[in-house]
Amino acid sequence: MPDAKVKIALELNGDAVEVAFAPHKTLLEVLREDLGLTGTKHGCELGECGTCTVLLDATPVLSCLVLGLACAGRRVKTVEGMAAGGTLHPLQEAFAELGAAQCGYCTPAFLLAAEALLASSPRPTRDAIKQALSGNLCRCTGYIKIYEAVELAAARMRGEDAKPAPETLYGVR
Amino acid sequence: MASGKKPSGLRVVGKAHRKVDATAKVTGVTRFADDLFLPRMLFAKLLRSPHPHARILSIDPSRAASVPGVKAVLTGKDLPIPFGILPVSQDEHALALDKVRFVGDPVAAVAATTEEAATQALDLIAVEYEVLRAFPDALDAVEHPEPAIHDYADAGNIHKLIDLEFGDVEAALAQADIVREDLFFFEGSTHLPMEQHAAVADWSADGKLTLWSATQTPHYVHRALAKVLELSPARIRVIACPNGGGFGGKSDPFSHEIVVAKLAMITGRPVKTTLTREEVFYCHRGRHPTLMWVKTGVKRDGAITGMHFKSLLDGGGYGSYGVASTYYTGALQTVTYHVPRYRFQGARAFTNKPPCGPKRGHGTPQPRFALEVHLDKIAEQLGMDPAELRLKHLVPPNSLTANWLRIGTMGLGPCIEKVIRGSGWKQRFKQLPYGKGIGLACSSYITGAGLPIYWNAMPHSGVQLKCDRGGGVTVFCGSTEIGQGSDSILATIVAEVLGLDPFDIAVVTGDTDLTPVDLGSYSSRVTLMTGNAAIQAAERARDVIALHAGKKLDAPLERVTFAAGRVFDVQDPERGLTFAEAVQLAEAAEGTIGTVGSYTPAPSAGKYRGAGVGPSPAYSYSACVAEVDVDPATGIVRVPKIWIAHDVGRAINAATVMGQIEGSVYMGLGEALMEEMAYRGNRNVVHKIPSLLEYKSPTTLEMCDVVTYVVEDPDPNGPFGAKECGQGPLLPVPPAVANAVYDAVGVRIDEVPITPEKVFKALRRKEKGEAGRFGPTAFPDIAWPEPTRVPPPWEGGDGRAVESGKGRQQAAGSARR
Repeated sequence: MPDAKVKIALELNGDAVEVAFAPHKTLLEVLREDLGLTGTKHGCELGECGTCTVLLDATPVLSCLVLGLACAGRRVKTVEGMAAGGTLHPLQEAFAELGAAQCGYCTPAFLLAAEALLASSPRPTRDAIKQALSGNLCRCTGYIKIYEAVELAAARMRGEDAKPAPETLYGVR
Repeated sequence: MASGKKPSGLRVVGKAHRKVDATAKVTGVTRFADDLFLPRMLFAKLLRSPHPHARILSIDPSRAASVPGVKAVLTGKDLPIPFGILPVSQDEHALALDKVRFVGDPVAAVAATTEEAATQALDLIAVEYEVLRAFPDALDAVEHPEPAIHDYADAGNIHKLIDLEFGDVEAALAQADIVREDLFFFEGSTHLPMEQHAAVADWSADGKLTLWSATQTPHYVHRALAKVLELSPARIRVIACPNGGGFGGKSDPFSHEIVVAKLAMITGRPVKTTLTREEVFYCHRGRHPTLMWVKTGVKRDGAITGMHFKSLLDGGGYGSYGVASTYYTGALQTVTYHVPRYRFQGARAFTNKPPCGPKRGHGTPQPRFALEVHLDKIAEQLGMDPAELRLKHLVPPNSLTANWLRIGTMGLGPCIEKVIRGSGWKQRFKQLPYGKGIGLACSSYITGAGLPIYWNAMPHSGVQLKCDRGGGVTVFCGSTEIGQGSDSILATIVAEVLGLDPFDIAVVTGDTDLTPVDLGSYSSRVTLMTGNAAIQAAERARDVIALHAGKKLDAPLERVTFAAGRVFDVQDPERGLTFAEAVQLAEAAEGTIGTVGSYTPAPSAGKYRGAGVGPSPAYSYSACVAEVDVDPATGIVRVPKIWIAHDVGRAINAATVMGQIEGSVYMGLGEALMEEMAYRGNRNVVHKIPSLLEYKSPTTLEMCDVVTYVVEDPDPNGPFGAKECGQGPLLPVPPAVANAVYDAVGVRIDEVPITPEKVFKALRRKEKGEAGRFGPTAFPDIAWPEPTRVPPPWEGGDGRAVESGKGRQQAAGSARR
């Protein structure tokens, strides 16, 4: 027999929500199956690929390794919570502008991991970006457009009027 | 075919555009197959074989059916009709009928109200197996014809044998100043898309089936469903969801797609399955492990007199694309440097592992690795700079090769020059301190296969265009967005022709009910083929709109111009209409404005059996320099930087081209250094650890810096001159790394991945005075068939074989080396 559902309250993308689910479910499953937020993806469900990254109390976590029950009373942010009032987050804007999202499957996780980085480190070095994103796999981009997008967004979030370098978009001609 | 517009006239094409689906992807709105949840949906799970090779003696699913929540159980007898991507390899069953051929081969399936119930039910299906001798690799399969994995192979467990000869190669080698032989091995690797395969089927009471799937080839899934389910294709709708990465791994029709369809038909409810990551490793269809032998004769100046190439592919348990893959290991050796005489012998073995198929580069990265390292050795033997050797002997543009491939534009020369200059090659090659090295390699790839999988005279790509009286345009095309940007290509090209913004164009793709056929996202065909079809459809729309706008403006047709959302007289640009007004005029006069376009490649020059693989409307070219740091104490190779130049003909969307090139370099780097489908070495043939953790792929910490040069030399066959860029730039990376390792520490690693263990062993051998090399030492004796002999164009041939092989079963008297 399936376990009886449990109910928790949490802050999800800024809203107070309540959700009931079978107690063995992971945060990943609760988000996708019980809250209908399919923007959070999965690549292994074993904590190996980083694809299911969300922010739990502003810290990146692998939602496939967090029990839904452990999120009672906590703050969860998913990709659906990044844009504000129809305006993309600067990271989303930069990812779209540079083609840092190719297939787009790992993108929500990269965006959230990068958001957490920029929250603590508004001017990260390339190496710091690599370290912060080293737990997230991407098979499309070779990560390069992702680094460049994080740098572009970081500059804009610092108030700079930043534009992508021509060789970023066109290569060396 | 419309093409070749002057670059100065282009307003949209060639710029860096945000992709039309970019916002959906960065907001998590894109619906991948597993994101679909339908009312009353059931979940399906597959029972998979625990044995690599076994006969199924009995299956008893009765206990599974009694698990609460289970709605249906299927076994092989419920789906007895075979299928497969190639017409010559219809050797798969949705669920094994009487035999399993690899650990993970699907045997039975369950649909239940929850995944948990379905999983629980699988454990209750009783299968009795008679275990057969298993074949862990191609050498074993070549040596042992029995027990045969399949009953239709060319010989024993050798699935396919090919022998093609273009001119007398032995005589050509006799004229050479130097003849060199080398052996290489390219380990198998897998696509590893971040998205696990998923499919959802729905059956309606009026007898219609809908399948949503993570597939690169909805057209071929459509065909397979019709065949296996014995339904009219008219009653089947296949919708390709955006793929969360494909790389060739979602190009076959799969067991799980057919199974959910059948389960939906039986239960009358939607059925979904999402494979676990472990199951994705069993689906595989990735790079064939390939053993290669190459013998080349060269003159003192490096000119090739003749080349003889042999390959042995480890195919895994089923045919998949394998016959094509085998041909591809021999097809493109001739398209980079002039090879006046050429012989290719290829064999593919069945083994008891997940089937191999097309992974990015399909059958060509392996021989390209061999050829480019082989040439590096030849250059050293001749005392020539490897860049100079290549530059001196490039295939001329607009020429035919020995194996009758038609070369159009050929930008390899500029590519080599760019990476040589950018990397400081002349100051660094052979001049860096011990442990640091630099290596060069080049490559070429097809821009779409010249022939379809099912030979017919119909177009490879079709586009329909609908012009709305509000000024919007919708483009319908069967192409499949797998992250490469194919939806944006359609929008960009239609916008260019009609003078609109790409975001004015609505794009409907990958839906067999709504869109005309495009054969699929494989063989780097999509930009060229859908692009040409889109140009034709858009130009037809432009013509009809221009006719009526011209009347209104009182301007002759040739002066009616489309730009910036307006239609105007180019001699008096103030006099014009909005695009919407122009559409309304045309619609009032002609009725609904809809047009079609289609594209079929020109016939190939080669007419011999086997000439179907290799021809392409255009070949892309790449050159790569890799820089390495090798630690002689550990053998660890690090690649700090790669310079890559790619001849793309013309970039349609510059940003997308950059992404494809960088992504190709990344995947090539993974294959060069770490990626391998590793199996336990005994006859259990179990994948070592089918997981993202243990299948090593580059993270941000291993990925190198990349300097990208985009070379544009518009090809008349491409839309606005475009050639491919999604696969070709992968090819030169593994050989460039191998050549750089030699420059760094003086040992030859003649196989990939170039792991620390292999480098270390080669260094130890060198210290002991042995050959400083790691790689294969022999190519097995194979009873090749009589060669199909085709004279090269310069020897008076007409593309036909003069002396056809006497049949594949009749092997030549003795095995040849």
